[in-house]
Amino acid sequence: MAAQTGTPATVPAAVEPVSTRGRFRRAFSFVSERTMVSLIYLCGISAILFVFSIFYFIFREGAPFFRSGVSLWDFFFTDAWFPTSAVKPRFGILALTAGTASVTLVAMLLAVPFGLGAAIFLAEFCGKRTRETLKILVELLAAVPSVVWGFIGLMVMNPLIIHLTGAPIGLNVLNAGIIVGLMSVPIIVSIAEDAIRAVPDTYIEAAEALGATRWQTVRRVILPAARNGLLAAVLLGVGRAVGETMAVLMCTGHAVHNPFDGQFPYLHVLDSVRTLTATITAELGEAPRLDAMADGSYPPEALHYQSLFVVGMVLFAITFVVNLVADFAVKGIRRAK
Amino acid sequence: MKKVVCSTGILLSALACVLLVAGCRKGNQEARKDVVKKTVISDGGSDTMVNLAQEWAEAYQKVAPNVSVEVSGGGSGVGMRDLMQGVINIANCSRDVEPKEREQILKTTGKEPKSHIVGHDAIAIYVHKDNPIAKISSEQLAAIFGEGGTVEKWSQLGVDLGAENDTIIRVSRQNSSGTYLYFREHVLAKKDFKPGSRDMSGSKDVVELVARTRSAIGYSGMGYATPGVRMVPVAPKAGDEPVTPSVENVLSMKYPLARSLLMVTAGEPEGAVKAYLDWIHSEEGQKIVEHAGYIPLTQAER
Repeated sequence: MAAQTGTPATVPAAVEPVSTRGRFRRAFSFVSERTMVSLIYLCGISAILFVFSIFYFIFREGAPFFRSGVSLWDFFFTDAWFPTSAVKPRFGILALTAGTASVTLVAMLLAVPFGLGAAIFLAEFCGKRTRETLKILVELLAAVPSVVWGFIGLMVMNPLIIHLTGAPIGLNVLNAGIIVGLMSVPIIVSIAEDAIRAVPDTYIEAAEALGATRWQTVRRVILPAARNGLLAAVLLGVGRAVGETMAVLMCTGHAVHNPFDGQFPYLHVLDSVRTLTATITAELGEAPRLDAMADGSYPPEALHYQSLFVVGMVLFAITFVVNLVADFAVKGIRRAK
Repeated sequence: MKKVVCSTGILLSALACVLLVAGCRKGNQEARKDVVKKTVISDGGSDTMVNLAQEWAEAYQKVAPNVSVEVSGGGSGVGMRDLMQGVINIANCSRDVEPKEREQILKTTGKEPKSHIVGHDAIAIYVHKDNPIAKISSEQLAAIFGEGGTVEKWSQLGVDLGAENDTIIRVSRQNSSGTYLYFREHVLAKKDFKPGSRDMSGSKDVVELVARTRSAIGYSGMGYATPGVRMVPVAPKAGDEPVTPSVENVLSMKYPLARSLLMVTAGEPEGAVKAYLDWIHSEEGQKIVEHAGYIPLTQAER
């Protein structure tokens, strides 16, 4: 009984006769309070739990790859990706990493100026009404599913790029870069706008008092003051671009090819590429997950599945680092305040 | 205290009642299910055959309403693996069963895999409809698609598509599709593909991309032809007479990239599975093969 109500059973009797009903209610509210607190606590730590279990799972599935004798140098620094070869399976992800990097680069070249420009306009140059309308529209852009973006790339951008550039095929770095850029814009705009609006009014008033024009205020006062927040916005946009899967699968042309080379213009935006994420999506469904044999080693066919998980680890590492840097950048703003 | 005990008692008995009722209902449901119990045949594997298998399954519903056929895709290799693990009754396979797979199936199920030819297909070489190329040989295909192959430009094949479209755009398949493996084995002699090909995830995607790209060449099942593409006659060897992928040429095996569509069972089929395979070999089943864009079995093969 004591455990149920949480109060010694003797106390109410000693003070005054409390109705059983009141006691029951008090017991209930105590129990429900405890339940709620622990539930909320669970919700709070679940994020940590999920991150660690995801990491553990990816690592467990991919770990045997490191013991398979495939050299890590070849894995990271060669272009040949032939996981199902009948002659000699080769696992080189340099072309795939270059694919991800090229798409991200083009996407950011597009999304950073547009996103930051839109954020500056929204925060400083437009009226309240325009701002509210534009913000809704930008958020609408974020709500478009990525497969729809991919479809636009495939059906609209592909013929358009062939027509405008004379390229033989429109599924390439440029196409995917534009699509992924458009997908990253809403994230960049909303975070950058928050950062700009967080600049204390006193700074702006001081600048105006010194006779600065609006553009001078933005360029010399607001942008430097919001620097860390803007950096965080850009980095989260990068994270979005690196992790995007469905749209790039449809728009890049899905060809294992390194679009960078040592000669001008260094990056060939009209080449088809394949990204890390798209490779996992396209191949994981058909790569068999095989168990270890009696002596603890794995059959050679198991390497394909394991290598895809190592690709997953590489992606995880990239996005983790990008998000971590963004996080430190945001912390930087708080300290600056 | 007494009241608490009392209400707990009421709660418990209410719970018991609910459970009892639920239990009764469940029992009823089970009884009802027994009356119209369905035999389930699960059939999976080749992506090339998935549409065909689906059409068969739907049509068979009318022939034998008490049998339901569940179809899945994933590729010929996935089908063989599922058959090995006893997850499916029939594996669809658009290539021959490999000796290693045969051995593994024998080892895990204790039964020799049995292949049943259910239709024919040809892998056609597709180019854009405006591409004038008249024929291509197996050697040229290997030089275009294979690793180390030297053909990169249409002009090397004597085809003039203009300077901006001279580079050959290779359209291939994802590395575990049956069509990819078949092409690798029969055209590239098991060697690897040249990197940089556009690897599509479906047979239809290949044809669609070729139809949109003037300088492309790709391979896919002949059933997927559209007005936007052209099938190029293939010469088995350089200097041979080129052969078009037509019904006669596939049945006579003159066309070099012809293959049989197989359904594989572990051991001799029995009961519902045997009845289903017999129906597939019947006139009605073979009509569906034709409808799906493949070549039905000849009378002698049925």
